[in-house]
Amino acid sequence: MNLNSFLLMRHELILIAVVLLYLASEIIGGGKNKRFSLNFAVVLFLAVTIIGFLPISTGTMFGGMYQTSPAIILMKNILNAGAFIVFLQVVSWLKKEENDNRIMEFFILIVSTLIGMNYMISAGDFLMFYLGLELATIPMAALAAYQVYNLKSAEAGIKLLLLAALSSGIMLFGISMLYGASESLYFTDLIRTMEMNSMTVLALVFIFSGLAFKISIVPFHFWTADVYEGAPMSVTSYMSVISKASAAFVLMSLLFTVFAQLKEIWTPILYITSVLTMTLGNLFAIRQRNIKRFMAFSSIAQAGFIFLGIISGTQMGMSTVIYFLAIYIFSNLAVFGVAGAIYNQTGKELIDDYAGLYKTNPALTLVMTFGLFSLAGIPPIAGFFGKFFLFTAAMESGFLWLTVIAVLNTIISLYYYLLIVKAMYITPNESPIAFFRSDFYMKMGLILATIGILVIGFIGGIHHYIYNLSFGIL
Amino acid sequence: MDILSLLIVVPVLTILAIAFTKNYKQVRVIAAIGTGIQLFQSFNLVWQYLQERAAGNTAIMVFTKSYIWFEKFNIKYDIGVDGISVALIALTGIIVTAGVYASWGVKEQAKEFFIWLLLLATGVFGFFIAIDLFTMFVFYEIAVIPMYLLIGVWGSGKKEYSAMKLTLMLMGASAILLVAIIGLYIYSNPQGGPLTWNILELANVTMPIEMQRIFFPMAFVGFGALGALFPFHTWSPDGHASAPTAVSMLHAGVLMKLGGYGALRIAVGLMPEAAQEQAWFFMILTAFGAVYGAFGAIMQTDLKYINAYSSVSHLAMILFAILMFNATAMNGAVLQMISHGFITALFFSLIGMIYGRTHTRDIYKMGGLMKVMPILAGTYMVASFASLGLPGFSAFVAEMTIFVGAFQHPDLFHRVATILVASSIVVTAVYILRAAGILLMGPIKNDEFKSLGDALWYEKVTLIVLIGSITVMGMAPLWLSDMIMKSLTPMLQGFVTL
Repeated sequence: MNLNSFLLMRHELILIAVVLLYLASEIIGGGKNKRFSLNFAVVLFLAVTIIGFLPISTGTMFGGMYQTSPAIILMKNILNAGAFIVFLQVVSWLKKEENDNRIMEFFILIVSTLIGMNYMISAGDFLMFYLGLELATIPMAALAAYQVYNLKSAEAGIKLLLLAALSSGIMLFGISMLYGASESLYFTDLIRTMEMNSMTVLALVFIFSGLAFKISIVPFHFWTADVYEGAPMSVTSYMSVISKASAAFVLMSLLFTVFAQLKEIWTPILYITSVLTMTLGNLFAIRQRNIKRFMAFSSIAQAGFIFLGIISGTQMGMSTVIYFLAIYIFSNLAVFGVAGAIYNQTGKELIDDYAGLYKTNPALTLVMTFGLFSLAGIPPIAGFFGKFFLFTAAMESGFLWLTVIAVLNTIISLYYYLLIVKAMYITPNESPIAFFRSDFYMKMGLILATIGILVIGFIGGIHHYIYNLSFGIL
Repeated sequence: MDILSLLIVVPVLTILAIAFTKNYKQVRVIAAIGTGIQLFQSFNLVWQYLQERAAGNTAIMVFTKSYIWFEKFNIKYDIGVDGISVALIALTGIIVTAGVYASWGVKEQAKEFFIWLLLLATGVFGFFIAIDLFTMFVFYEIAVIPMYLLIGVWGSGKKEYSAMKLTLMLMGASAILLVAIIGLYIYSNPQGGPLTWNILELANVTMPIEMQRIFFPMAFVGFGALGALFPFHTWSPDGHASAPTAVSMLHAGVLMKLGGYGALRIAVGLMPEAAQEQAWFFMILTAFGAVYGAFGAIMQTDLKYINAYSSVSHLAMILFAILMFNATAMNGAVLQMISHGFITALFFSLIGMIYGRTHTRDIYKMGGLMKVMPILAGTYMVASFASLGLPGFSAFVAEMTIFVGAFQHPDLFHRVATILVASSIVVTAVYILRAAGILLMGPIKNDEFKSLGDALWYEKVTLIVLIGSITVMGMAPLWLSDMIMKSLTPMLQGFVTL
């Protein structure tokens, strides 16, 4: 191995460098200069995001423990871009006095989780995979408990930590079974030796459960609403998009590589969990009054749709999953961005508080509307294209009735997304949230998210590009 | 830019221009200019189309253009028109123009109102020019979703309930429709090879009958719900009653025709075998709908509800005629789409104008309006006569054609159904004349009404445009029905014709 092959790991290496730079700036500056810290963190991460898009070669390292492919790199770039938007949106919150002297801490923790996710996505071995997963989870618990003075936030942190430990344990159990069955943890070996027996099937179920916990698939979703509600808005936003998207991507590639031989086992599992996830997520979302809990259930429901692409088992389905994940990230960030802007300004996070928002803050309302319409799947906004292609992929593989259930679920989801639209545009309000100006970073964050959801869907070439990349997974 | 894409580009540009306006006066002037250009374009399209046909172009669709959109799914921005879509585009152009003048008085959030209204119009135009199922569906949804805010924000009465009901029912129907459309795509190439969304190519493919049996009802109900197919019509009376005038006009006049058009071209046109197999069931629904709508209208005292139920009845005739599977009846169906579009838009605009003056829509609270607002009342009378199918007006032409077509079926089932539907015309006469009589004749019941003014200039524009269209179509229907008939012929090849 020479030094050059290390560059395959460019995404991770740069992120590690970023964490170190953040630390160094904290040590040198002592965190005294708030403005400098924030600008430094955001600008540095912008550079990281841009560098990520530069061309890079692909291959494997450490004897197959680490691997990259064009699709994996694309996913990392999507995650970077999403994290960058979160960074932009978090600035106005970190500026508050309550976060004095802890600004860098936030960025360090969040980039650490990102490193973990990158390793998890790139893993070619279950040990590497597990390391990445844990690195993505433990700082996340710290982030959820970031508002230590807030009881709910602390509770969220503990809840996430305990349940994540439990799910990790279950997953480790599954991994150990795989090792028992084939005496190797390398994906390449496992793919070769995988055969159907009770041991591998159990391993599949356990590993699936562990990842399903991260994606918050019903019945592993119980932590979601509480943690989302307790965690700070930006952390919730980050968790709901980046964390979920990376786990969904990993689940998909595991199912198609390591567990490809067990397709007839995991297809019905996906079928049932997908139906449950969509339906329960949607039904619970209707009753929510708090925007974070609302988005928690909405994101659970969205996860159910992702399974439609995975279950199809075709390259079309898989490329559409990546496509859908990208759209989902931008849509959720648009909604969370607006919710965060309002929360930072007024401390309000109930849907009823949004009544009459259009009259006072038309621009914010518009961004929120785009985000919600995208999640609901209304053309010409990107979410529609993502869902439509997922349905097409599923039906091409013969899952007619699953698709019918899914489209009926989109109607339920449309109802509750429209409830927010109704609050913002129609419901009269004596004392609506007063007009306020967001800072530069927040504006950029919202604009980027909006451009994302408008452009990704409309430009046909993007889907084509992803399709051509996703050969790497199959 | 080709002649068809301009039909979408102009409204989009108008929307952008409106977004930069400062007050409601600028908004409505720009909207009037934009829709004026659009109206001209629509007529120009009819003219160009007739020229093209006269020059001997016998292609099923003319002015076709095709651009790749999503390559891997073979989705294209495919456009083209035939006689049916050209006729409906002309209808849309007229109604949109009339609608803009009918909402001349909108001052509250005028900018947003016209933006949503024109977005709706954009969706409708796009739907009629698209011949790619995916593109068509995108435009279909674009046309439906603005209704939510248009009714919810600018509506009256229980507007939030109506807006939500309408949106959810229509989007629910379109979700079912979506499954049918994907189904058409997946079975578009039984031999294997590239699949297609293109309607023309799909027309040459025979889908396996067992799949047709699943997808035909989905497509027919999906489109039918928008065309007020009983029992999926319940959104319509509430929606229309709560909607502002121009929205009711556009919705009843044009948007609901999307349902009929889709049912004809996609559900019946692309899945003829299953259509013929299952026609009996939907025929019962439509026949019942026609009679039910008419009786429903008798019971109403609110002008808008009367007209909404009347629409349910008249639209049921369209779906009924489509299910007859012969050229005459289908021709009647398209004629009825156009005729009903004009008449119902005229009614809704009149109701809006009357309501704007009297602030009530209850017919029993009004009376003798002929004395205080002769122009509006006179026009209402004319609209009433047109609606009940007096010769010389468009509805007569359309309904006559439908029943002539329907009577070509000699069997008992068709005869009974046809007689049932035809009997709804008698009931129509009852509720139309009763409403007109109470509203316009007799003593003036409220002294405040004595000082009310008559139609203003912009209201007259609306009325003249619509009455003119109704009369022209009633007096000279042959060129129109000829244009439609020629386009129906290729579609009917899939049927065992009578």
